[in-house]
Amino acid sequence: MQELREVGRPVVRVDAADKVTGRAKFTDDLCPKPCLEAKILHSTIANGRVLSIDYSAALEVEGVVAVYTCFDVPEFAYPVAGHPWYADSAAAKRDQADRRLLDDRVRIYGDNIAVVVAEDTVACDRALKLIRVEYEEYPVVYDALESLKGTNPPVQERKPDNIVAHTCAVTPAEKLAEAGYETVEQALEDPAYRHVAIHCESREQSQVHIETCVSYCYMEGHKIVCVSSTQIPHVVRRVIGQALGIPWGDVRVIKPYIGGGFGTKQDVHYEPLNAWICKQLGGRCVRLELSREELFWDTSGRQPKTFDVECSYGDDMRLHARKIVAYSNTGGYIHHGHALVLNSVNSFRWLYHTNEVATHSEAYTIHTNGPHTGAMRAYGVPEGNWAAECLMGDIAYDNGWDGLEFRLKNVYTDAFVDEFTPGGVVAAHTCAVPECAQKGAEYIDWYRKRAEYANQTGPIRHGVGVSFFVYKTAVAPFALETATAQVTLNQDGTVQLQMGATEIGQGADTVFSQMAAEAIGIDTEDVHIVSQQDTDVTPYDSGAYASRQTYVSGTAVKKAGETLRAKILAFARRLSPDAPGELDLRDHAIWDGNGEKVWDLPAFALEAYYNLDAADQLSAHETINVHTNAIAGGCTFAEVTVDIPLGQVTVNKIINVQDSGRLINPRLVEQQIHGGMAQGIGYGLYEELQIDPKTARVLNPTLLDYKIPTTMDLPDLKADFVEKPDPTGPYGNKAVGETPAISPAAAIRDAILNATGVKFYVEPMTPQRLFEGFKEAGLI
Amino acid sequence: MDMRILTCTVNGRRVQVGYDPRESLLDTLRNRLGLTSVKRGCEVGECGACTVLIDGVATDTCLYLTSWAEGKDILTVEGLQAPDGTLNPVQQAFIDEFAVQCGFCIPGIIMSAMEMINSGKTYTRDEIRKNLSGHLCRCTGYQNVINGVERAIQIVHDSCGEQEQEQE
Repeated sequence: MQELREVGRPVVRVDAADKVTGRAKFTDDLCPKPCLEAKILHSTIANGRVLSIDYSAALEVEGVVAVYTCFDVPEFAYPVAGHPWYADSAAAKRDQADRRLLDDRVRIYGDNIAVVVAEDTVACDRALKLIRVEYEEYPVVYDALESLKGTNPPVQERKPDNIVAHTCAVTPAEKLAEAGYETVEQALEDPAYRHVAIHCESREQSQVHIETCVSYCYMEGHKIVCVSSTQIPHVVRRVIGQALGIPWGDVRVIKPYIGGGFGTKQDVHYEPLNAWICKQLGGRCVRLELSREELFWDTSGRQPKTFDVECSYGDDMRLHARKIVAYSNTGGYIHHGHALVLNSVNSFRWLYHTNEVATHSEAYTIHTNGPHTGAMRAYGVPEGNWAAECLMGDIAYDNGWDGLEFRLKNVYTDAFVDEFTPGGVVAAHTCAVPECAQKGAEYIDWYRKRAEYANQTGPIRHGVGVSFFVYKTAVAPFALETATAQVTLNQDGTVQLQMGATEIGQGADTVFSQMAAEAIGIDTEDVHIVSQQDTDVTPYDSGAYASRQTYVSGTAVKKAGETLRAKILAFARRLSPDAPGELDLRDHAIWDGNGEKVWDLPAFALEAYYNLDAADQLSAHETINVHTNAIAGGCTFAEVTVDIPLGQVTVNKIINVQDSGRLINPRLVEQQIHGGMAQGIGYGLYEELQIDPKTARVLNPTLLDYKIPTTMDLPDLKADFVEKPDPTGPYGNKAVGETPAISPAAAIRDAILNATGVKFYVEPMTPQRLFEGFKEAGLI
Repeated sequence: MDMRILTCTVNGRRVQVGYDPRESLLDTLRNRLGLTSVKRGCEVGECGACTVLIDGVATDTCLYLTSWAEGKDILTVEGLQAPDGTLNPVQQAFIDEFAVQCGFCIPGIIMSAMEMINSGKTYTRDEIRKNLSGHLCRCTGYQNVINGVERAIQIVHDSCGEQEQEQE
């Protein structure tokens, strides 16, 4: 691996000092208070229509400024997913517009039907209690398969059968014929192979970023300014324009530091409503902050899914054919649509496709009256991984095979190209999963522990487990991948870096600074990055999601850096036409071909700014399009103690090993791994948004009832990686932001199976489910 | 409701500020005194993001009425740096150990760490875990946060030891 100067260096985060001193400003920290406050009136039914709203008493509350209802707002429907928009030339790729600012058609419990604006939040809350709503109620459906039978009326009128989308990718007939089959089913049922079928489920996880969703809006001239805690400022600008029916240039969106997003803030939530209110009130500043409770049911969690999986495999441990049929419950609105469950079934296929002759990947996304769902870290893949690894764990257990050897026989290789992706774009240019697995197995002491934990008895048992994972980097070729970066030389020889890509805690600003420094030939410490995104100032980028920024936006940074470097050297040549040989920029100076210093960089920069003949603020603004993708992978190994009568699982030791290509900053990658593992452990063992099937109401919308891991719930988290540079990444890097959240849950499941011999199929494996499982198995 | 006047010490300075008697100390510190390191995450004492020291005790300010703070000594992250800007050992350790990601929960956690530091005691890793269990963080898995607290406690104890030796 070629040595680089700035890439790969464990640089201290550029935002760390501001964040430990309280100087880092988040949205609400910047809000000019006192300002007007807005709060939403949510429906108390999950399906129906608002017939009338009487808010006369609410208007009498001291401090109330206005009440707006679903009958007052514009008719414009708009899409909310943080995806790129498409011009008319590719209009079919646009997300579906299924939200209005406020809607009289209630599709979920807590739908937005009115809003109160007041001088303070106390007045808002008092007014909300006085509003009387008359509804026409329809029957509520929460179960996805039940919803498939049809409802009257349908959840969304444009989807009469409640099916958002249905896709099916099946091995083509000619390939099947090569293996001697006419259908995938024949391959699955071939008596020469062993056969297994399972049903598994993954429930709704909530992102639980500690900063809520908050925005404030005000007008400046004819423009609406919206300051919001969002991962996608440029998308927010566009959607406010669409929702209000105003030119997008009339909207300015500012994103300060944000207190976590994990996908919630990859949706546009209340920014358009807030902007509209602001406009109704003459541009006065209006703040709209969701409460912790509202976040649980009124922003988008992980889609609950079910999977029916079948597999045939040989005595030689090789998978022969697999079939997966997935049903995903998107709730009342589409948001991210079918892309999530497609990610589930695709990653299911990719991970262990090496020996298979036949596959069938089928997926449904279904409307119900459940909470609307959307992006959450790793975007459908943890769920698909759960299905893939339940299957692998069961087969290894049932045959007495070593689970690690079995997985290594079937895992994807660097020859993998997804046959169902147009142009073969989804491909593993490199694969270090076997090396990752070796590191993980050593750390967990796999072989010794597997032997030691065989044949245990008694109420307290121990186990070790493994799960592999696979993830694509960014969204090409399925969606547009473009990014822009801007670099400008300062008078002192340092550089300004402006990105449309967003820092959301993952360390994007730091790695962009490192990549810019690498490309230009300066130190990371000489790069000043503007962390705040402002759509009137910073270049376009679709935002933080899909583990895309270091790969896609990083490509823009590299190109802009290289262009600036070339401009600096060209200008230096102009200033010093007689300098011998090719000029070079390094060590804060420009050097000639003989290694003699021609210019100190600061002196050169001053000359460039103020040269009497040809002053030039040297800068580069580069937009790139990325048409490649890069498969990343890795594994988790976990060791657990299971208290069978208590239904309690304790994770004693856990490691994630990542194949994410070359690391831009190993300490930042380690951070991502730690956080992802914690979320994965939570999803494996207890994180579940509970929904009452009769009312579709969320039952546990608090941090006491929806439990995320605390310091007491996690062991020391071990992060490791194997670096094999990917040829398509700007510096050999590929996905890392989301990947660590994928495999911990399945590794814990495998460890519980090792400890107890009991197979669990529903994640999370809550104490209740564990108890029921152990009881059914006769262990209690 | 009629406003009242709170008199207390905030970050070493005597402060007088008007407040609504229904108000939590969280809102007074954030909205009236501009101490925005004190974060609002849940408003019901579940997340710990609004933790400050009140007379040395780590306290969720969202559950603490401003009127109770009369005469109290309040310390927030804004009050930790030395007058010349030098970072407090906990702040420095959080940077060095890469404990910070989005940073939203960090000021609160730092104040709980300060409570431990100020006790003059040593803490095992398990004790640190227990003392930080009232703070929710979704980014870090707490790994580097705990490393940061451990390191800060070690550094403060080592330097106290050195001072004692010098005095001898």
